[in-house]
Amino acid sequence: MTHAAELPAWAALLTSALVLVGAGLALVGAIGTLLFRSFFERVHAPTLGTSWGTGAIVLASMVFFSVLGSRLVVHEILIGVFITVTTPVTLMLLARATLYRDRAEGSGSVPARPAQRAGGGRDDGNGEDGR
Amino acid sequence: MSADILLWSVTAAQAMLVVAMGCYAYRLIRGPRAQDRVLSLDAMYVCAMLLVLTMGIRTGSAIYFEAALIIGLLGFVSSVALAKFLMRGEVIE
Repeated sequence: MTHAAELPAWAALLTSALVLVGAGLALVGAIGTLLFRSFFERVHAPTLGTSWGTGAIVLASMVFFSVLGSRLVVHEILIGVFITVTTPVTLMLLARATLYRDRAEGSGSVPARPAQRAGGGRDDGNGEDGR
Repeated sequence: MSADILLWSVTAAQAMLVVAMGCYAYRLIRGPRAQDRVLSLDAMYVCAMLLVLTMGIRTGSAIYFEAALIIGLLGFVSSVALAKFLMRGEVIE
């Protein structure tokens, strides 16, 4: 790690703290995935790692390369924004697919599908009540 | 001195991320149903991306940034495709 020898102490400490916080949040999320009982609880756990876990490590990378190169490096923001935008999309699709599968096989663990409205939008069969 | 602190904390962070990936791998193998496996795969993609980013801090080379970006992109596409498959039984309709 010779490249970091000229790094000032405050930057090294800040980078270390941010990296540790980010990895710790990711680890807590992973342990939560093991401990929760139902899928709909488990789907929340990885978001710890994808929100501030990613955010802290991306911030650490920005601080590190900015101080090391003595110019502002912000292209890591791209990763942070991308993960922040795409994770809810993925998990919502997955949760809706799970709801549909649970209803289709008639397990009593999920609430039944609410009655269709009289006007009835298009019925795409994914269990949305068309609110 | 500061380089030592950074080296050790980055090593600890990488160890934590690897343990997190191990937890997800257990859920991936064990997971009662298909959606648990898809969720674990998505989270493992994110963990791998964070691992590559910390590797970039460790080596001080900027090339790891592109690799992390590509991993994040592919993870999103594959997870959406798998969720779509679980919903409909086919990916492209």
